[in-house]
Amino acid sequence: MTKNIMIVGVGGQGTLLTSRIIGKTAMEMGYDVKISEVHGMAQRGGSVVTFVRFGEKVNEPVVEEGQADVIIAFERLEALRYSHFLKKDGVLVVNDCRIDPMTVVIGAKEYPENIIEGLRKTHSVYTIDGQKVALELGNSKVLNSVVLGYAAGFIGFDRQTWLDVVESTVPAKTIEINKKAFIYGYEAKH
Amino acid sequence: MSNKKTIMLGNEAIARGAFEAGVKLSSAYPGTPSTEISEYLAKYEEVYTEWAPNEKVAAEVAIGASISGVRSLACMKHVGLNVASDPLYTFSYTGVNGGSVFVVADDPGLASSQNEQDTRMIARAAHVPVLEPSDSQEAKDFVKLGYEISEKYDTPVILRTTTKLAHSQSSVELCDRTEVTDKEYSRNVAKYVMMPASAIGRHLVVEAREARLAEDAATLCANKLEINDTKIGFITCGIAYQYVKEVCPNASVLKLGLVNPISKKLVEDFVNQVETVYVFEELEPVIEEQVRAWGFDVKGKECFTRQGEYSANMLRRVLFGADESVFEKQEAPNRPPILCPGCPHRSVFSVLNKLKIHASGDIGCYTLGAVAPLGVIDTTICMGASISALHGMEKARGKEYIKNWVAVIGDSTFLHTGINSLINMVYNKSTGTVMILDNRTTGMTGHQDHAATGKTLKGEETYAIDLAALCHAVGVQNVIEVNAFDVATLEKVIKESVASDILTVIITKAPCVLLKGQKFPNKCEADADACKKCGMCLKIGCPAITKRPDGKISIDATMCNGCGLCKNYCKFNAIKTVER
Repeated sequence: MTKNIMIVGVGGQGTLLTSRIIGKTAMEMGYDVKISEVHGMAQRGGSVVTFVRFGEKVNEPVVEEGQADVIIAFERLEALRYSHFLKKDGVLVVNDCRIDPMTVVIGAKEYPENIIEGLRKTHSVYTIDGQKVALELGNSKVLNSVVLGYAAGFIGFDRQTWLDVVESTVPAKTIEINKKAFIYGYEAKH
Repeated sequence: MSNKKTIMLGNEAIARGAFEAGVKLSSAYPGTPSTEISEYLAKYEEVYTEWAPNEKVAAEVAIGASISGVRSLACMKHVGLNVASDPLYTFSYTGVNGGSVFVVADDPGLASSQNEQDTRMIARAAHVPVLEPSDSQEAKDFVKLGYEISEKYDTPVILRTTTKLAHSQSSVELCDRTEVTDKEYSRNVAKYVMMPASAIGRHLVVEAREARLAEDAATLCANKLEINDTKIGFITCGIAYQYVKEVCPNASVLKLGLVNPISKKLVEDFVNQVETVYVFEELEPVIEEQVRAWGFDVKGKECFTRQGEYSANMLRRVLFGADESVFEKQEAPNRPPILCPGCPHRSVFSVLNKLKIHASGDIGCYTLGAVAPLGVIDTTICMGASISALHGMEKARGKEYIKNWVAVIGDSTFLHTGINSLINMVYNKSTGTVMILDNRTTGMTGHQDHAATGKTLKGEETYAIDLAALCHAVGVQNVIEVNAFDVATLEKVIKESVASDILTVIITKAPCVLLKGQKFPNKCEADADACKKCGMCLKIGCPAITKRPDGKISIDATMCNGCGLCKNYCKFNAIKTVER
């Protein structure tokens, strides 16, 4: 059975690195893996979505509407935007933060109220304030590792394999703090 | 290294394929989704790699290398092939000495492009074979096959990719590099000098070659005939093949790896065995039209669009009337891409916006200056067009007409093809204002060096073209260099030059904020007590600045890069700079 993971967020939030860590971990576990990334113009502060699929044999590199086992959303509005990609029994993990798109900043659109509460009515939603945890740990940039650690429980694999891949993927200077951040997320209650 | 399995981006696999195939030279101009091929290839010591100023130059460099007897590569995006199509059409006539492959990356769905053209159409017109892979392993294998075909049939070969292939990762088995002996060069006017007397003969060679390859394609390893359930079948290629396998794993499939020329025999075999045949190909009906022209009854574009990327759900909807979605799509305000916090283009555009000046735009991050709230870019056509289009306006409507217009072009784009247009302005006595937004890099594609940065693709120091001196040298009398963040001087200079009757080039200088080592010493903070809710700072469209529920502004500390542009637009001193 192929497992479908989707990572959504705002360009610049590090969704690409997150999908690469998930893909690499799945490969370490012996699965056939495909990762689909976004480069170029769309990255510039736009809505960004990457996909990781793993299983015995994976064909298409993208996850489509109604197929995601896990969606990791780094921002609330992006969680809402892609929520219909979730499977019936899929899980939506949301980093509880708000980044206003330019359409909202200039007053052309309003940022929807109570996104999480609304989604909870139909979807399985789990939230974590990654930014707060990251700042407590002393580096706002490890937000990704906090959120990934939190979502890891829904994806599977063992903790040590995750940590080994985090270690081999993040910049050398930030290995310790990223591992700490991952463990914090991993151990946080769902 | 031999036979090791790893996971690779499509573009990385293409680079690996070129390395393994013994390629000795590669030339390219960056363009999404092809850029990373050159960056990965540059890591192999055995291969000479370079950034050329444009795709035509890159193609000609590869052609020269091929004639001299080595295997060569040129890489570009689909619209880059338009620039390189002049050499391509005739390279098809001369054929090769050392094998030559052009990688051309199409962008269905326009992730980062100005149109959705299909490279296979150009390849057919130029009579050049096209291979199209459907995953990273094939991307690597097809590059190597490309060199075999190139040398066996004496032709350049195009490897066509699409965004999904180029930017997705899948597993690849690595092999060692095969060193290829340089081919002997011998003078051959009938083959390499395309004057009418020899070209007329080569045209016949081209036609015969294409016919021979079409014949041989029936047994080419890149084409796969999978006969399963004979009720339904698909003729498909590239990434679309993966969607077919996802939705109909038991259907019969004719997967074309060689998409030009197409094997008529394979199509005939397939159509004769399968009841209902769909042609499932992204963009133009290139396969479908040929199959129909041969008289075979297939379904194609009446079911599937010419627009955008295909998907498994799209195929499900056509075949079964429904896709797999469970939840309703939710309304969510759009989040279009925007200029980064601290981007020097924002500073320039804020001044143009204030002065209500129209900009004839070009290709690069600064195209984002077209959207609200800056809204200063009026046109974007292709690389270099900003300058020539402004010139066209002046010559059509007179010099008064362009007194509230400027042309806006980036440093890399200026060197790509903008310089030709500037020469035309000088020669034909234009009075316009050209702004070169010099951010010291090719920004949109992810920071590639160019002829004015002082670094090569291999990271070596080199001569950096002085843009101001270049403009002087072609005859521009009035060249002004300004710090892009000095809004007061910018405003003065722009006002003066659009009003004057002298052709002026304004070079705004400030490095891309995302370049390594580019950090402003401070960052900005909003003073809520001083904020009068006037909204002026919001007009510059910086994503770090947002309006709080009480109407006052706040500046996100993690997003702000500290350029201080917003301070210039606050009349109430409500924005302060503080040390990082």
